Amino acid sequence: MSDAVVSNSDRQSTQPPHARSWLSRALDSDVFYSFRRSKLTMVAAAITVVFFLLAIFASVLAVQNPFDPAQLQLINSRISPLWTADGQSPFLLGTDEQGRDVFSAILYGMRISLAVGVAGVIFAGALGIGLGLVAGYFGGAVDGVIMRIADVQLTFPAILIALLVNGIAKSILGNRLDATSMLFVLVISIGLSFWVGYARTVRGSVMVEKNKDYVAAAQLIGLPAPKIMLRHVLPNTMGPILVIATINLALAIITEATLSFLGVGLPDTMPSLGTLIRIGNNYLFAGEWWIVAFPGLALAALILSINLLGDWLRDALNPKLR
Amino acid sequence: MSVGRSLFAATLAGTLALAVSPASSQTLRYANQGDLKSLDPYTLNESTTHAHLGHVYQGLTARDKDLKIIPALAESWETPEPTRWRFHLRKGVKFHNGDPFTADDVVFSADRVRKKGSNMQTRLAPDVKVVKVDDYTVDFVLPSPNPILLNSWDVWYIMDKKWAEENNVVDPTPVAATTPSYASLHENGTGPFIIESHQPGVKTVFKANPNYWGKVEGNLKEIIFTPISSDATRVAALLSGEVDVIEPVPIQDISRVDSSPNAQVLKGPELRTIFIGFDQMRDELLYSNIKGKNPFKDARVREAFYKAIDIELIKTRVMRGLSTPSALMIAPELFALSKSFTRPKFDPDGAKKLLTEAGYPDGFEVTMDCPNDRYVNDAAICQAVVGMLARIGVKINLLAQPKAQYFAKVLKQGGYQTSFYLLGWTPSTMDSHNVLYDIMGCRDDAKSSRGEANLGGYCNKEFDALTDKVLVETDTEKRNQLIKEAYEIGIKDWSYIPLHQQALAWGVSKKVNLPQRADNLVMFHWATKKE
Repeated sequence: MSDAVVSNSDRQSTQPPHARSWLSRALDSDVFYSFRRSKLTMVAAAITVVFFLLAIFASVLAVQNPFDPAQLQLINSRISPLWTADGQSPFLLGTDEQGRDVFSAILYGMRISLAVGVAGVIFAGALGIGLGLVAGYFGGAVDGVIMRIADVQLTFPAILIALLVNGIAKSILGNRLDATSMLFVLVISIGLSFWVGYARTVRGSVMVEKNKDYVAAAQLIGLPAPKIMLRHVLPNTMGPILVIATINLALAIITEATLSFLGVGLPDTMPSLGTLIRIGNNYLFAGEWWIVAFPGLALAALILSINLLGDWLRDALNPKLR
Repeated sequence: MSVGRSLFAATLAGTLALAVSPASSQTLRYANQGDLKSLDPYTLNESTTHAHLGHVYQGLTARDKDLKIIPALAESWETPEPTRWRFHLRKGVKFHNGDPFTADDVVFSADRVRKKGSNMQTRLAPDVKVVKVDDYTVDFVLPSPNPILLNSWDVWYIMDKKWAEENNVVDPTPVAATTPSYASLHENGTGPFIIESHQPGVKTVFKANPNYWGKVEGNLKEIIFTPISSDATRVAALLSGEVDVIEPVPIQDISRVDSSPNAQVLKGPELRTIFIGFDQMRDELLYSNIKGKNPFKDARVREAFYKAIDIELIKTRVMRGLSTPSALMIAPELFALSKSFTRPKFDPDGAKKLLTEAGYPDGFEVTMDCPNDRYVNDAAICQAVVGMLARIGVKINLLAQPKAQYFAKVLKQGGYQTSFYLLGWTPSTMDSHNVLYDIMGCRDDAKSSRGEANLGGYCNKEFDALTDKVLVETDTEKRNQLIKEAYEIGIKDWSYIPLHQQALAWGVSKKVNLPQRADNLVMFHWATKKE
């Protein structure tokens, strides 16, 4: 009961008093205004949405399931794209050396890349936000320990951390590691490499927020610390977190692709975009360019769009630039 | 992190460049798809490792460019009686640390190569006595005659007893060892090159041995070996002149390399047979969804697998025509009667029927072990096999990994942890007996080295009896007949699925003259390099 009172007063202090539906409020907001003003952002958003849809509906759109060896026919291997002289229907973008349709492989590979990326971002976010909240709210020794760990980790490139976590997981799990558990290992290694950004941002915001009156009020009526942190402080730090999450999504996808390209990610039988690029790379000299070119283009377009969205979101949420 | 930087990372992922400084004269840079993990000559019985270590270590015998057996550390040998071989050792030979080479070192190496942890135990039977006669004479006393005793000794390298004792490496380093021993990081051989530095997985530098006892045909002062597992990177390194020799040239790039102005591909048939094996020994497979029994114990299942594999399609699509499908576990060059064997026809419907008869109408699941940096297109062959077996309902979980991890898992020292695997074999004796004994012999006697590389434990006593007869038979025609009978049993039992002999493809700079041996051992002491 008392909790609700504090939340209401909190909300009233930051938002207009008249109640409207969230949709009309969103459409009327500054953020949406700046979105409509930027054509580039709209294109980027459209591409991102299309890629997500392609990935989600991969099983409907693809002509074969490239992860199912029974559907690959070796006789269909190394067919060039449809518009070239040796092209064959239905292989729009050609096939690779195992008879895997490149278009289908991109759709399924995109699904894996996006899933690993999103899960990695959520994992990194949960970890980073949690630690950042604790560090910022309690301060003192807790803050010191957490933030020094973060500082140390910042001195290593993320890909190195991911390789390290990956290597440890492989030596622990050894030969029990199959394609599915490899997915989890990737998510964890990506999560552990990117939590620092969230932790530092959240900590900073919490340090600012915790001295405000609404926090003091909540403390006065005796709310427990976890509740204050999650229900009252955290919502006020969401803006910067959203920006980091968007940019980290692109980074996570790149990291997964790099790991798979280096051969420590997903196996050849369950290729992500990075694995496809690694496989295709071996056929460049032989003139079979389509095996690497299309997954590469897809990856580049995806990363570029998400990054453009992230950049726009950062500017849109920055009060100094409004 | 800006857009620009992540784009840069994307480009970087696409073009991982190899940084090597420009080559100087008489320094040869060599890249292989696989790594040199251990310098201990008894850790791994594998051609690439033998070739690397053959520059620094030597056996009592050696093989010349045409694979003929020639004297090396033994100057000469004789057989005063059929069960006694006498070797006269070369005098004045010194190990790289200056220790003199004597009969004690031969006796020591004979013990060490047969110890637990050695992957080379088949080089010398456990019941052979090795006796020092004097400092430069050693007798090998055999329980029964063995005319091919020294056929595989060119890669049984002799080690320094004193050095091994001083450095606590009297016992061989097992392939599955997780911490390197002194011997796996250092060498002390008698060969024409000395390993100056060895960083596993990164670089190994060989320097010419100034005190070498023999005459070296080539003119190299230094060999720098780097493993480059990526096909495209390896080829790019050769074409740009960053390395002088690569092995293998990926088959899709052979014409590209041949058309380049500064490199060419040395081609030839290889004596190696690539095959697939099954665990037929355990009562329950280690990696399968069938519990309580082992489907591979049923010959019909093995036959079904054999017939489900379309070897011609693998030849044309995966190997781009550069393989010779094989009906036997040995290359046709090494067995005179191989023409009388033909491969059973590809028959997926028959295979499906056989599986149903055996009680697996819906197939089953099993894990396949496969190296991905050892044989030509090894992982691609495995993937193709996975697809073909999927069509008869068998679901294969493919575990393709670098050879260091692969061998540590599937070989004897790793506990034969495999249910279904791809392997390649060149008989080091250049003779069928090695195949019949090492690959197809029973593994049930723990004291014997028979079946050491029979990873699946195929066993037929009738077959072993024939193998023993083959060993002692001296009449070539009768011997060939016996070998033929043995192979027929192996085929009748569907013991293995022989796939093909791959082709040799070494990428060599036009500045380098390098003789090519049919056993795929890349040896540089007879290589010359122009300025």
